[in-house]
Parts: sequence; C-alpha cells; structure tokens
Amino acid sequence: MYADLITFFTTNWLGMAIVMLAQCLAVTVPLLVAVAYMTYVDRKVWASIQLRRGPNVVGPFGLLQPFADGLKLVLKETIVPSSANGVLFIIAPMIAFMTALVAWAVVPFDDGWVIADINVGILYLFAISSLGVYGIIIAGWASNSKYAFLGALRSAAQMVSYEVSIGFVLITVLLCVGSLNLSQVVLAQSGWFWNWFWLPLLPMFVIFFISALAETNRTPFDLPMSEAELVAGFHTEYSAMTFGLFFLGEYANMILLSALGAVLFLGGWHSPIPYAPFTLVPGVVWFALKIAFLLFIFSWTKGTLPRYRYDQLMRLGWKVFLPVSLGWVVLTAAVLTFGGWLPKP
Amino acid sequence: MILQALAFYVFAAITVASAAMVVVSRNPVYSVLFLILAFFNAAGLFLLIGAEFIAMILVIVYVGAVAVLFLFVVMMLDINLTELREGFLDYFPVGALIGAVLFAELLLGVGIIGAGSTTITGLNAHGAQVMAIDNTRAIGRVLYTQYFYLFQVAGLVLLVAMIGAIVLTLRSRPGVRRQKAGDQINRTKEQSITVVKVPTRGGV
Repeated sequence: MYADLITFFTTNWLGMAIVMLAQCLAVTVPLLVAVAYMTYVDRKVWASIQLRRGPNVVGPFGLLQPFADGLKLVLKETIVPSSANGVLFIIAPMIAFMTALVAWAVVPFDDGWVIADINVGILYLFAISSLGVYGIIIAGWASNSKYAFLGALRSAAQMVSYEVSIGFVLITVLLCVGSLNLSQVVLAQSGWFWNWFWLPLLPMFVIFFISALAETNRTPFDLPMSEAELVAGFHTEYSAMTFGLFFLGEYANMILLSALGAVLFLGGWHSPIPYAPFTLVPGVVWFALKIAFLLFIFSWTKGTLPRYRYDQLMRLGWKVFLPVSLGWVVLTAAVLTFGGWLPKP
Repeated sequence: MILQALAFYVFAAITVASAAMVVVSRNPVYSVLFLILAFFNAAGLFLLIGAEFIAMILVIVYVGAVAVLFLFVVMMLDINLTELREGFLDYFPVGALIGAVLFAELLLGVGIIGAGSTTITGLNAHGAQVMAIDNTRAIGRVLYTQYFYLFQVAGLVLLVAMIGAIVLTLRSRPGVRRQKAGDQINRTKEQSITVVKVPTRGGV
C-alpha cells in the first residue's frame, strides 16, 4: 500500500504534479500569513517607538487586525481611472505580487527543505528581484497620472542603482563559498555564529541591508511613494485589491530580502552555538528567528529615520556603495587567493 | 520528453510572436514590453537546452537592467505616432537589407551554409571534457583562462562606450551650487556659529 503510494508520488506525472503543488502551497500559505502579521508587527513596533499602543481593538491585542484590513481591501470597489491603460493597469499589481512570490522557490528553509535546489540559486533570486521593478514602472505609466509616473521613474532609477551594489555583495559571498547554490552557501557557514559571513564580511552585510531597504522602497528610501511630495507615488490611482497586491508584494519582498540576508550572512538554518540544546531546535525555527530579527530592523529604521533627498540617495548608491563594494570584492579575492582560503572547486 | 517538446514549442512560439509584436505594435511602450517578453522566453529556451547560467544572465542583464532603462526612456519620450509612421516605406529597404545580412551571418555561423568555422561538432568536442562539472564552473574556467585577453578587450570596449556616453552628456554649467557632503560633515562649531554679546535694548 505505502509502496504503491510512494511510486505514485515519485514516478507518475500526476503524483509528481500533486507533490509540487503541495510544496508550493506549503511555502506560499505560511508566507502569506507571515506577510499579514508583518503588517501587524510593523504597526506595533512603530507604535512602541512613538509611545502609542498601535492596533489593539480587533481581537485580543489587535491580533485580528490584519484580517480585518485584508477583508476591507477585498470588499472595496476596484476603480480603474477612465484615462488609464486598462490592461496594463490591472497587470502591474499582479507582476509586483507574483515576482515577490516566485523567488521563494529557491530559498532553503532547512537542510534539504527547498522546492528547487538549483545550481544557480543566487542568480535566480537576483534575476527575480530585478523583475519586481516592472510592476512599479508599468503601474506608474498605466495610471496616466503625474504623481504615479514620477513615483515610477524614481523607483526605476533607485532600484537599478542599488541592484549594482547588491550584485557586488553577492559576488563577495559566493567568492567565499565557491558555489551559486543557496544550500551550499548555508553549509559553508556551519559552526559557531562567528563563522557566519556577517563577521568576516561585516561592511558588505551593512551595505546589503541598506541596499535591501532601497530595493524594497522602505524608509529612508521610500521616495517612490513619499506621501509628502507624491500623494502615494506609483500606487496613487490604485484602490481595493489592486492596491492590496502592491502592499502584499512589498511586504513579501521585505521578507524575501530578510531571508536572503539570513542565508547569505546569518548562517541560514544553523544554530548560533553548535551544541545541544541549541542544535535540538529545528533549523526552520532558527531561520525564522533570523528573518524576524532582520524584519525588526526594517521596522525600527522606518520608525526612526527621516527620508533621504533624491540626490542624496543617488550619491549614496553610486559614489559610496559602488566603490566600496567593488573594492571589497577585490580585497576579498586577494585575501582568499593569497591566504590560501579559496574554496575547493 | 514530451513535456520538454511542449515547453519548447510554447517558448519558441511566444518568442517569435512577441518579437513580431515589437515591430508591429503602434505604441513604443508596448514594443518594449513585448521585447521584454521575448527576452524572457528566450531565457526559457536556454533553460531547456540546459544552459541555466546564460538564461539567468540574460534575465539579469537584459530584462533587469537594459530593458528597464529602455522602458524608462521610451515612457518619457513624447512620440507622435503618425509622424513615426511617415518614413516607413523609405526606411523599409535598408532595414530589410540589414535583416537579411544578419540572417545570412547567423546561418554561416551555425554552419548550415558552407563550412562554418565554429561548427556544432567542434563545440561538442570541446564540451565533452567539461561535462563533468556544472555550466557555471565550465564557463568560468574557459573565460578566465583561455579567453582571458578577449574578456579584457570586451571590458575595454564597454569602458570606452561608457566614457563616450559620459562625455556626450556632461555639460559644465556655471553658477550651480552643489552640495558637498564632506564639507558639511567637516564643519566645526567655530566655523559655523559666533557667540555675540548683545547689549540689552541695543540690538546686534
């Protein structure tokens, strides 16, 4: 009986399709719940920073607030402006949301817990995260509104600029690992928590985190939707669930970049101390804790820092991060080569 | 196997159709979006023949960077569509000629016409020895050893193009006051404030 089931799920194409679908759901459903509660945590953290209480009315401690918000967005009417480009206007939020979800296919949650264990995992993540900008540009153009358009242009320039420095950060990490596979990246960081790459590559970790803020359009780099200048930036004309998809996509992207930071610099599923009782905790829990730590810093920066001016943002990206990260790539390569620490091919 | 064949035909059909739409569509923004779709499906075709590194690089470089800037520029252009159509018949022979030349070169390169220099058999003979390692390593080994100088020359070409673009667009505008972050950070208390003893009812 069991042998029959195993052959059905491993050889029959229908069985394999069912397994694949189940795997996708097993990643997507917890992710969406995490996105919903990330909005709640965000608001609670800002509230604490500003000495307020935050959402506390819907459910115990306001825990049902995200669902109330979600329900509100679903029930509202979707308004398409008459001068907007109808098809692209609807497609844009779908692209923004979808690119944030498909990237999760290569993220390793634990040893072997990954949907697609591909050899070019880092490149895949980088490629998908560079696609996210299309949702924003198309939304800005299709809205046919000056605020949305300005927000889209800002976002395009900003994301292209900061992708360059993220690319160099990825190169330093994969110089140390010798593989583009994300599971290999985590396995290369086994042992005590000072073996994780955050310490040997500390400047790159800082650059990665700041670039991640810019990639996800979060404060202090939220110029594409700065409410003081552009109403709501690229999603000014969006309402109801089309806006909801942008919102969900933004938070899913934040969690994705935190997961990437945890994989690249905080040792993925490894426990900080490689002895019991720490190793008895499942790797997924450590991974989730690391993601949560990075997400808390996201909320913390949003609660504390003022917004950058646009020329300052560009100066930081091109004149500070680009030379520093490029120099660090050369330095890392030199240290690895002359120190004899090059990973075995 | 049948699934792969099906995927190939889907990718190929969408690539060809969207490439045609790039030329045919009236709105330049649609053209760029169809171009992106064509890039994407070409990456899918690369994946099907097992060239996952090239597929990812195609998406990162062309879709993620080049096409974004294309779209950026095209969206900001104020293009008059009827004006754009006017010279179509004048330019058509030149365009067709260039297309024909490119097509002939492609056929020559693949080796269908005549004895091309880089025949498919030659590539396979080279590929046999690197099959044991994954594509990314194989490309790295060949690119940074055997073709190192060519790689450097390609970098130089890009550098020249970049300097050219900067020279073409750089204008020195007199009278512009730029923010110098270093100066602002290095400012001391002595430079920026003076303490004045103001007599009562005297004013400064």
